[in-house]
Amino acid sequence: MMEILSHLIDGFAIAVQPMNLGLIIFGCALGLFIGAMPGLGSVNGVAILLPMTFLVPPASAIIFLAAIYYGAMYGGAISSIMLGIPGASTAVATTFDGRPLAMQGLADRALVAAATASFVGGTISVILFTMFAPPLADVALAFGAPEEFALMMLAFGTFIGLGGDDIPKTFFSIFIGLVLSAVGLDIVSGEPRLIFGGIPGFMHGVNFLVLAIGIYGIGEMLWTIESSRGKLNVSQATVSVSRILSCLKDLKSTIKSMVMGSFLGYFVGILPAAGATPGSLMSYGVAKTLSKDPDSFGKGNVEGVVAPEAANNAASTGSMLPMLTLGIPGSPTTAILLGGMVIWGLEPGPRLFVDNQDFVWALIASLYAANLFAVLINIAFIPMFIWVLRLPFTMLVPIIFILCVVGGYAPTQDMHDVWLMFGFGVVGYLMRKLDYPMAPAVLAIVLGPLAETSMRQSLLMSHGTFSIFFERPVAGPIMVVAIVLFLLPLIKMIKDRIKKPAEGTDA
Amino acid sequence: MKIAKAAGAAALAVALLTSASLSSLAQAADWKPRKPVEFVIMAGPGGGADKMARLMQTIVEKHDLSSRPLIPVNKPGGSGAEALVYLKQKTGDDHVIMVTLNSFYTTPLRQAALDVDISTYTPVARMAEDTFLLWVHNDSGITTVDEFVTAAKQQGKEWKMAGTGRAQEDELLTRFLNKTYSLDINYVPFKGGGAVAKQLAGKHVNSTVNNPSEALGFYEAGTVRALASFTPERLPLFPDTPTFKELGVDHSYFMQRSVVGAPGMSPEAAAFYQGVFRKVYESPEWQDYMKKKSLRGDFLTGDALMEYWINGRALHQQMLKDIGDL
Repeated sequence: MMEILSHLIDGFAIAVQPMNLGLIIFGCALGLFIGAMPGLGSVNGVAILLPMTFLVPPASAIIFLAAIYYGAMYGGAISSIMLGIPGASTAVATTFDGRPLAMQGLADRALVAAATASFVGGTISVILFTMFAPPLADVALAFGAPEEFALMMLAFGTFIGLGGDDIPKTFFSIFIGLVLSAVGLDIVSGEPRLIFGGIPGFMHGVNFLVLAIGIYGIGEMLWTIESSRGKLNVSQATVSVSRILSCLKDLKSTIKSMVMGSFLGYFVGILPAAGATPGSLMSYGVAKTLSKDPDSFGKGNVEGVVAPEAANNAASTGSMLPMLTLGIPGSPTTAILLGGMVIWGLEPGPRLFVDNQDFVWALIASLYAANLFAVLINIAFIPMFIWVLRLPFTMLVPIIFILCVVGGYAPTQDMHDVWLMFGFGVVGYLMRKLDYPMAPAVLAIVLGPLAETSMRQSLLMSHGTFSIFFERPVAGPIMVVAIVLFLLPLIKMIKDRIKKPAEGTDA
Repeated sequence: MKIAKAAGAAALAVALLTSASLSSLAQAADWKPRKPVEFVIMAGPGGGADKMARLMQTIVEKHDLSSRPLIPVNKPGGSGAEALVYLKQKTGDDHVIMVTLNSFYTTPLRQAALDVDISTYTPVARMAEDTFLLWVHNDSGITTVDEFVTAAKQQGKEWKMAGTGRAQEDELLTRFLNKTYSLDINYVPFKGGGAVAKQLAGKHVNSTVNNPSEALGFYEAGTVRALASFTPERLPLFPDTPTFKELGVDHSYFMQRSVVGAPGMSPEAAAFYQGVFRKVYESPEWQDYMKKKSLRGDFLTGDALMEYWINGRALHQQMLKDIGDL
């Protein structure tokens, strides 16, 4: 314990050197912007800036990139809340309640909640990271393909009630997402599949952002234009210091969701391959399940913003753990960071904590600092965001439209994806009009490929026997919990069926 | 979709026209890129090819080797099919180059519908060859290839080998082991060498044929052990690990780390990129990286590289035939 503290103090001594501190602040601000731009997620930001880092020593370089990664996690919530377009896959769950809050003129509340939750999630996870990094690395190693599949089932399970009461429509939405997630490469046979006779743009699969921006950005915009006839104005939002303070006070009631999201996000984050997106989705699902008032979720419940935001920041710290201790990236962004460490001549892996202590502890200390600066910068910018929202809707629409196109193009730099996004926009508009839930489709396209790959790998290992998911000590219990979660809505439905006729006879 | 196709075709036509007219202007002896160069990576972010591409990009920037930056673009789709088709569409474009590996051979062979002929692509540079070793977990108690064969025979189909992708390097080697030692190893594909290394370290599988760079971390921590290398001589980084050749099985296999230009690139542009990557190869950073990651191979370019590719294609055609995949 004392040893950890003294290492941490040494780390802080490096992190607060003027240049490093400057890089942290600059990185946070830059990350905030990168995260807030739809399509320009932390992956792109870190990748673009990677070659610039050879100008500074390795410790400063990773501190800078980590600050961007961190800032982007904060920033992702901003476009989710203000525009209803998730800036990155990690911020999808934030749109579910963040957008309705903004529509009700409570954007400042949602933004403050998101920033605070990110701070809590980030800090809890850095503390966990500081205390238990090496033992948790073993947990990450214990997760093989069957465990990953069980975890994905758990994620689906926590979300099964998400679509509301119309179960057939929810299933329809899930299946659309699953079919789209199957497009591209079949990892087991190595063959391309569902590529419509060889259209190259389908070979990389349907990017999650293309679907999310299509249905949430374009589709939602079309629907809003129709329903409001252009008169809608989200300008009721005002901002003042006292309002922000009162927002902070209101957050007291959500502390449970924040803490729950932080722990959940952190543990999902440390599992290689999972990353922050499933973590934030699961956290949202759990918060909804545990809530006293689950029906208010999706209609503007602050807890629905707090839970996923705490989780995605915690997960982003979590995913650094397998990167540093095992040399395996827990998310696409950490994969790039890992490449960077190799370029600087550091060898991530089990020996890093022994051979490069200075580097590791400077990074950990910088995460504490990055958290603090990210939340301060974020809250300082909230008045500006609100000011943007005060623009008339007729001006906002073209801006959102441009952001959507840029966001659809940026991840793959392929016009094919932009056309596809427009297609999804129309589908999203129709789904909205016909009252189909859209969140399950987005969930399915994010988790589908992970679930499919891990299931098929497990079945290859077991020669096709499904018992592999139940026999293993870690996978088994998770799987059982997942199945129970799947059955809950069914039980509820049967209960309601029994109740309803009874009520009918009473009347 | 029709509109998309038409628009795409129109854009392509315009791009081709402009690049054709521009390239005729650029007949000057010292050709230089006039816009940022697209640096296509035939794999996803974070994989071995991606890391190497970003290292190359960093070295180019650091030594100021190109007047315009290289912009990395990942095109991992269809085991590299997407990247290969993209380059074909960019025929005659002097501002597109690509980092490639052995799926450069196997993907066009396995997916004939792509109509990709790698001999039409412009050879720029072979930067290195990656090597392969056979790895087991230290706790398995296995220390030699003989013990490995005995244990794998005993377990039959229950013996699991993790590898990257289907019908790619790792599976070709697994099939080779199966054939040579009459084993029945069960091959399970994962995404990327890092994930494969983790499967072995977590004891979810029994063995791997990782590249040294992928398993190095766990090797240094004493978690995994190398039994033998698929190389003609022992690797400097693993002086105590025998080669398969020493054990009486003369089988070497390498993964190329090369840079290729779009088909029909102008000779001036090709000469420019060849010069840039020769300097990258000779840079202390690259040499250091090769030594640390146990990479081998000289710098190859031009006709020599094309010949290397033609031989590589023939070899892979034979290997794929042997495993019944063609």
